[in-house]
Amino acid sequence: MSGNTEISYDSMIPNNVGLSSDKRVLKALEKWHPGYIKWWNDLIPKKFQESRVYLRTAVGVDPKGWAKFDYVKMPEYRWGILLAPQVEGRTIPCGEHVGEPAWQEVPGEYRALLRRLVVIQGDTEPASVEQQRFLGQTAPSLYDLRNLFQVNVEEGRHLWAMVYLLHKYFGADGREEANDLLRRSSGSEEAPRMLGAFNEETPDWLSFFMFTYFTDRDGKMQLESLAQSGFDPLSRTCRFMLTEEAHHMFVGETGVGRTIQKTLEVMNEAGITDPFDIQKIREHGVIDLPTLQKKLNLHYTLSLDLFGQEVSTNAANAFNSGIKGRYMEHRIDDDHRLSDATYPVSRFTGDGIQLEDVPALTAMNMRLRDDYTKDASGGVGRWNKMIEKAGVSFTLKLPHVGFNREIGAFAGQPICPEGNVLSQESYDSQVADWLPSTADGDYIQSLMVPVTEAGKYASWIAPPKVGIDNKPGDFEYVQLHMA
Amino acid sequence: MIDFRTDPTTYKHWKIEYAGNVARLAMDVAEDGGLFDGYELKLNSYDLGVDIELADIVQRMRFEHPEIGAVVLHSGKDRVFCAGANIRMLGGAEHAHKVNFCKFTNETRNTYEAAAEDSGQSYIAAIRGACAGGGYELALACEEIYMVDDASTSVALPEVPLLAVLPGTGGLTRVTDKRKVRRDIADVFCSMEEGAKGKKAEQWNLVDKVLPNSKFDEFVTERAAEVAGKSERPAQGVSLGNLQRTLHDDGSLEYDHVRVMLSDDKGVATVTISGPDTVPACVDDIHQQGAKGWALAAARQLDDAILHLRFNELQTGVLIFKTEGDPAAVAAYEQLLLQHRAEDWLCREIMLYWKRVLKRIDVTSRSLVALVEHGSCFAGMLAELLFSVDRSYMMEDEFEDDNRAEASLLLTEGNFGSYLMSNGLTRLQTRFLGQADLLDELKQKIGVPLVASDASECQLVTFNYDDIDWFDEIRVFLEERSSFSPDAMTGMEANLRFAGPETMETRIFGRLTAWQNWIFQRPNAVGENGALQRYGSGSRAEFDRRRV
Repeated sequence: MSGNTEISYDSMIPNNVGLSSDKRVLKALEKWHPGYIKWWNDLIPKKFQESRVYLRTAVGVDPKGWAKFDYVKMPEYRWGILLAPQVEGRTIPCGEHVGEPAWQEVPGEYRALLRRLVVIQGDTEPASVEQQRFLGQTAPSLYDLRNLFQVNVEEGRHLWAMVYLLHKYFGADGREEANDLLRRSSGSEEAPRMLGAFNEETPDWLSFFMFTYFTDRDGKMQLESLAQSGFDPLSRTCRFMLTEEAHHMFVGETGVGRTIQKTLEVMNEAGITDPFDIQKIREHGVIDLPTLQKKLNLHYTLSLDLFGQEVSTNAANAFNSGIKGRYMEHRIDDDHRLSDATYPVSRFTGDGIQLEDVPALTAMNMRLRDDYTKDASGGVGRWNKMIEKAGVSFTLKLPHVGFNREIGAFAGQPICPEGNVLSQESYDSQVADWLPSTADGDYIQSLMVPVTEAGKYASWIAPPKVGIDNKPGDFEYVQLHMA
Repeated sequence: MIDFRTDPTTYKHWKIEYAGNVARLAMDVAEDGGLFDGYELKLNSYDLGVDIELADIVQRMRFEHPEIGAVVLHSGKDRVFCAGANIRMLGGAEHAHKVNFCKFTNETRNTYEAAAEDSGQSYIAAIRGACAGGGYELALACEEIYMVDDASTSVALPEVPLLAVLPGTGGLTRVTDKRKVRRDIADVFCSMEEGAKGKKAEQWNLVDKVLPNSKFDEFVTERAAEVAGKSERPAQGVSLGNLQRTLHDDGSLEYDHVRVMLSDDKGVATVTISGPDTVPACVDDIHQQGAKGWALAAARQLDDAILHLRFNELQTGVLIFKTEGDPAAVAAYEQLLLQHRAEDWLCREIMLYWKRVLKRIDVTSRSLVALVEHGSCFAGMLAELLFSVDRSYMMEDEFEDDNRAEASLLLTEGNFGSYLMSNGLTRLQTRFLGQADLLDELKQKIGVPLVASDASECQLVTFNYDDIDWFDEIRVFLEERSSFSPDAMTGMEANLRFAGPETMETRIFGRLTAWQNWIFQRPNAVGENGALQRYGSGSRAEFDRRRV
């Protein structure tokens, strides 16, 4: 099978996996499709379903031109199944099977483990769409509205990608799991999404940007490590998903950046030099930097929880069996087996926070989380450059990994953003300085007024430097359907 | 040292709410509350400490809360019901501890499983969140199992694929024998790590019903009320309080009615049970005395002593049972309980408790011996000991310088149906398997004191010796017994003790746990590269692929 099979539009589902000749899977997916469309239609308000949105659609896997842009009504979006091209002679990159030919079929022994990983990954994709379902009503511009929908449809496509794997490789059980991906729903009492963080509503646009910067980055790290899988179809699927995921990260980083930019501009215009003069800054309808720091603290730490326990048997099994690698596994210079290696892991004991060397195999989650922290600090540095350039004396910081945690070694511990262990009392009395208060949330909410005129932006956010697909500033990214 | 005594003020892992005739029992295991170091009880996983509390709860439910007709077993944690026995604990435990742990947990499961029929207390499992391995075995021992259908909650027995051991706390047996899951479906279910959720779990009869989250609590509450409504028992229980005992440096143990003495090399323990000083005049007296009354107190003390010896005195290969007191008093006490068991819950519970204690002795893997000495009181429930042990010896005629009353046994009505073994038979039926006429003859002896020659004629004791032979015979026997391989003894005794038909219970103890104990010895599970040792390391187990 060649990875460069042309996109097949002769069936309902664009793909490069030769779906039209794979009657069995095609039939299964066509059965699943109505449920998916129903899910989508129930989720996104009718007004937006009828609107024409300037979206990119994945049409191939050639890095030079994999997508095309055009106006499309979202329910007509062509959610395709696209895998990165097969690499000739690819081998299993890690664990005890390192160097053996990559699996093209699911090894029976690892069926359950693999399926669980695919299901968990799959569960997060529609979850974020569900979390963001109300944001369309308050978009600060058509540009942002379009970006939201772009992220949404691509998360939808990622769901498709995981569902394809379930249908193609996991038999009857896989089909059942694929159906359950549509049964669970973010925040539902009946059947919530699998991971706690994906059951919280995204209440406002700043949260959305923080989410796409921090939480989608967790998704990116997970995809990166699944892209290293010895199960080749999973690896190829995730590699292609990563090309789309980059845009989500971009939406997050530029969204927060544009929020900061507007705040800095307003401060300079109004002659406000003290970034902590919150009241005065807020009078101008922008979001002050200390509040941004609080939002950052919240979303970063919630995302850290998604990496799970620092020491994890499941993660160890997944690595050792060659099902999930480390971030950039191929660039790491070691034996890729880790049979005797150790890795320092955070521990919280009566003596405070300590690092302890544990078998590296069991520390996969911790390692990936460390890589995540490094990856997440890049954008924070760029935001700080903007602040510095504007001459404002303020630095955004990633809080200590022990702060505000609910999972892992630091869960529930009174650790401040600087990483000091406090008394519970002292922690409780200061926590409002570190995490957004209800009042902060109310203020942000008050700024969330929709702006639907092309080229116009809400008070709190600056326009982007460059348009999507190099479109001019007044481009109408969404042709809103007026009922 | 492991102490089995606990009480509600010190529970770490369970929370109970009582409302009318329904109790809600929440499993909420404290991660850092393990009995030993080296593991954390994550995801509501359990170790012996958790089970000791559960056993205490089940026991107190019967005595202190007779008004309870239904117990809803649920999880106090989000998203997990119970992950089963803690694997790191098992991986780190010595073989003997694993075996004893499984036996004790099995006994506790059996106890609350029997509570519905025996005492009108039905346990109902309400599963929300992952329920795996020993977690599902907890549920399997309940009368009814309900589960949330939320596309996540599942029941599973993942021991074989994950750990290369068996779901040994009744799991395999209850799936087929109790839930009546077809054997090929059971094969599928027990080989799948991820288990079954929703409708599939219901179709396979792994649970009684699955319900949407929004209707679940209401349904369970209603169902519990309905089940509890069938039971009619008074609100006034008896308080068990704390069990008092004195443990001496030499390992000997003293309770009010039970004494345990260890031989110098600790190879032999002598358990002496004293009979009642007085016999209650009426049922009211029994209630008045409550936990202090002899029949309840002695059962409790004997129970604790057996558990103590099982877990803390591993080198003690032989347990000798002796009694002292008036056989007629024991028989009269038992008679009062028997007479009122139909209408009085406490009389019934005390009888049932003796039944459980005797069953615990049946499955105790030590050579069991009864010495019927002068001044002893092997009557009624204490006479059952004679039929539980592997051998019994009885003093015949007068012994020099021994002015105690001549040894005599006293059979009662109780010996013919009150203390059924796990095989569903009385100990006498098991002893005289297929000899109904002999049993009929024995019934004629109810209430007749039987001295050694009579007892021997009736085949109720193994040997009777006079004072010429007694001391030497006993000494030689004990020395010989102690020289045998402890493993061969365990195997031989367990085989000889349970003649007759199989029941779910005998299958759990005799097959499931025997196979489990074999697997627990095998390198594929416990070897350096075995699944249990490698669990959590990320490294895959290496199996010796040859079938044995």
